[in-house]
Amino acid sequence: MALPPFQTLLDAHGAAVHRFLVAAVGPADADDCFQEACIAALRAYPELENARNLRAWLLKVAQNKAVDAHRARARRPVPVEHVPERPLNSVSEVPLNGQPLWGRVRELPEKQRMAVFLRSVADLSYADVARALDCSQDAARRNVHEGLKRLREEVHP
Amino acid sequence: MNNGLDRDLAEAAATLPAAGPSPDALRRLAERAQDEGVLDVAYAQVDSPLGPLTVAATGRGVVRVAYPDRTLDSVLEVLSRDISPRVLEAPARLDPIRRELEEYFEGDRQSFTTKIDWALATGTFFRKVLQATARIGYGKVLTYAEVAARAGSPRAVRATGNGLGSNPMPVIVPCHRVVRTGGALGGYTGGIERKEFLLALEGR
Repeated sequence: MALPPFQTLLDAHGAAVHRFLVAAVGPADADDCFQEACIAALRAYPELENARNLRAWLLKVAQNKAVDAHRARARRPVPVEHVPERPLNSVSEVPLNGQPLWGRVRELPEKQRMAVFLRSVADLSYADVARALDCSQDAARRNVHEGLKRLREEVHP
Repeated sequence: MNNGLDRDLAEAAATLPAAGPSPDALRRLAERAQDEGVLDVAYAQVDSPLGPLTVAATGRGVVRVAYPDRTLDSVLEVLSRDISPRVLEAPARLDPIRRELEEYFEGDRQSFTTKIDWALATGTFFRKVLQATARIGYGKVLTYAEVAARAGSPRAVRATGNGLGSNPMPVIVPCHRVVRTGGALGGYTGGIERKEFLLALEGR
């Protein structure tokens, strides 16, 4: 199957990728992350061997960039007026789109976090979550369930 | 599972912006893709009295001009298949040719200075026919037989007509300036009314 023009891909899935990034890294970093993801995708695109399920492929590229951004932000100092008693070391303490739940999701371990975002925001099947995370379908399912279980304990104990 | 958390997740997902990246973010993406050398085919829509034209360019020059009778999807698919799938809408990159086309349609320009990429003109004879046609001056006409001769095959008149019928760059490569021996207009890739319009614009 021939690769569709990249613009067609963007028109079809750009909004879903952007939404995923707004949830995964927050609105302030989503645009930069989106651009990084698209440039990385463009770089790899002509050599892509499998033209099936390009939506899951794009989300996989985006989730790699989200992980990069998340790690970078964890290292970035957060400006505060008063030095807090304890260090602000958790990214979830940066306000996120007025949605405390995304902050909770962002506190999950990396695999669980991305699995939950890909499943609940990007609406991917477990097979596609597995593809995006480079793991087995069982592992994808487990990551989503473990992540949700932990959230459930925190949000609705 | 129908519990509080699922509902919370669904509610949180509903607050996410549905519109996707802003037009400005997409514009910056196209610019950056160009700077990083990962944009192979840029395209834009250009308004004209003949309807909105799809104009595409590579790093070498203008590669495609399409009338609106062709769907955008079909035009992009050919570019993706025959040149590169790294196709993006990038209006800024098409600004120079847009300006020249606007001037041409206002009667203020007689020749185009933008470079041409002949990538879609595959086949030696086809390319020679298009290149001979590209040298016909504003307001002048040649017959199909004359173009065939200039392309090096005086007897290939029919092949010349067929080739011009699939000119990938109408207007820029002025196949409207090629007519039948005896003065009949002959066919045109964008329909005969457009050929008449362009010849009238050029004072014929």
